[in-house]
Amino acid sequence: MTMLRVVLSGDFPQSRILSAALLVIFIALAAAPFLFPGTQSLNVAAKICYFVVLAASYDLLLGYTGIVSFAHTMFFGIGGYGAGLALYTWGPTWTSVLIGTLLGLGLAIVLALIIGLFSLRVRAIFFAMITLAVASAFAILASQLSWLTGGEDGRTFRVPEVLRPGYSLLEAGAFSINGRIITYYLIFLAALVLFLGMLRVVNSPFGRVLQGIRENEFRAEALGYRTIVYRSIVNCLSAAMATLAGVLAALWLRYTGPAVTLSFDIMLDILLMVVIGGMGTLYGAVIGATIFILAENYLQALMGALSKSAAGLPVLPQLFDPDRWLLWLGVLFVLSVYFFPAGIVGKLAARK
Amino acid sequence: MLETRDLTIRFGGHVAVDAVSCAFSPGSLTAIVGPNGAGKTTYFNLISGQLRPTAGQVIFAGADITRMPASARARQGLGRAFQLTNLFPHLSVRENVRLAVQSRRRAGLDLFRTWTSHVELIEEAEDVLDQVALRERRHVAAGLLPHGDQRKLEVAILLALRPTIFMFDEPTAGMSVDEVPVILDLIHEIKARGDTTVLLVEHKMDVVRSLADRIIVLHNGKLVADGEPAGVIASPVVQEAYLGIANV
Repeated sequence: MTMLRVVLSGDFPQSRILSAALLVIFIALAAAPFLFPGTQSLNVAAKICYFVVLAASYDLLLGYTGIVSFAHTMFFGIGGYGAGLALYTWGPTWTSVLIGTLLGLGLAIVLALIIGLFSLRVRAIFFAMITLAVASAFAILASQLSWLTGGEDGRTFRVPEVLRPGYSLLEAGAFSINGRIITYYLIFLAALVLFLGMLRVVNSPFGRVLQGIRENEFRAEALGYRTIVYRSIVNCLSAAMATLAGVLAALWLRYTGPAVTLSFDIMLDILLMVVIGGMGTLYGAVIGATIFILAENYLQALMGALSKSAAGLPVLPQLFDPDRWLLWLGVLFVLSVYFFPAGIVGKLAARK
Repeated sequence: MLETRDLTIRFGGHVAVDAVSCAFSPGSLTAIVGPNGAGKTTYFNLISGQLRPTAGQVIFAGADITRMPASARARQGLGRAFQLTNLFPHLSVRENVRLAVQSRRRAGLDLFRTWTSHVELIEEAEDVLDQVALRERRHVAAGLLPHGDQRKLEVAILLALRPTIFMFDEPTAGMSVDEVPVILDLIHEIKARGDTTVLLVEHKMDVVRSLADRIIVLHNGKLVADGEPAGVIASPVVQEAYLGIANV
């Protein structure tokens, strides 16, 4: 228990249902390659891992500090392009990964600092607009500099040998550990460490100040906290975490391009994950990212089955046509925001 | 030692505080009185840094702090309690005070330990809550406290900052009669320490009489009277400018 307290920074899930759900997600992700063999399910599991980091890092801004930013995918993209282009340009070595990651982190932190210092003093709505403008400019830049980034097509690259599907660490009958599984565990462990790191930060004295700033920035300042310093630090930290999530995504996809990193659709996805899971609680990011990515990947199949089983009935087959999955995803989100305005985790914590 | 020199702020054509020069010595309790709109709270905001003056200076401990942000002034020992209750409404009562202790002890930039492992901050916050009789309610969200308790919490936050200058802006406003003595006793106690300077904006004349050893009167942003309580209250300018209106 003491060990767990240290690992979770004393921030235990506030309800039994939530603890159970988190435990199920943790076990499912930890054993995903063996519980759910198959390319698609492993893709889904890996995506959940790096999106948990991405959504949690966004919650540092939105839920904990009350900063609305639309530039989060830019930092995700910087990580993706950083690692991706380094591997593409300098070859598939660990050195490339490391240098690409460090370059990405450096650029992300500098950009976050500049955006922050330019605009954290202005009202929230203007800050949001500025981040939107910078993110759009960055996305355009990435697609225009096609000699470097591959433009709209992006870049496909090779990863270090151990991470390639052809690499085999262990082969024993049906049981095999190939490069894909190694990559998955690299991502899973990195995501776990980053998540626990963020959990520590939000439960540190620093994290408590962030919540004070969210509640009453004026008063936090009057207590002696230089709020611009705190906001700048969390801005940089959040950007750095998003960058690392981008690196993990690039390692998994072995591809980087605007559609998978910089697109505004992803920004909306992150926003929905955080809102659905519950703002101001990192566990919300886990729940939100998991539900969202599962829905995104399996809702279509589920609807196909529903539509088939409803064959012969009026209207229903059309209503559940797999092509309408986005409509139903939308309905699910509207309902969840309506019934759980504080997010799923917020609702569960209140029921306790 | 706190001093303002020709402190002035204009909002458009309106001069809210007009060339106020005044020094406050350690160990003194000065009441600042004046009708509504006289500029008392604005004067406070200029001293504690929420507003920047159009002209003039604020001097604290021998240094010009006119351009210093509010947070830095707070760290240097200028403590301010607000007129309109100004808390962290969704954080617990204890957390409101703990954040103040944490600021004073410069622990806010620790990202790596948990806040619960800083036991000393929690203990000190609870000790301060004892002083205002709020320890029992420490786990309640501050926004859910009754008004009188919120005012007490406001004072507790100020105590936790352990400032050398205490600025109270109508600390008993809206409190029920039986709650007022708790706050007044606290202010008395702070004053009795002898090394602190207390500035008090207050409307209730009996409170002012019992606590203050000096009264300054603001009227239309100007300092119109300054002296020991009995004399100031009796002076014609005060009778006309302030008491005539306040007694309506």
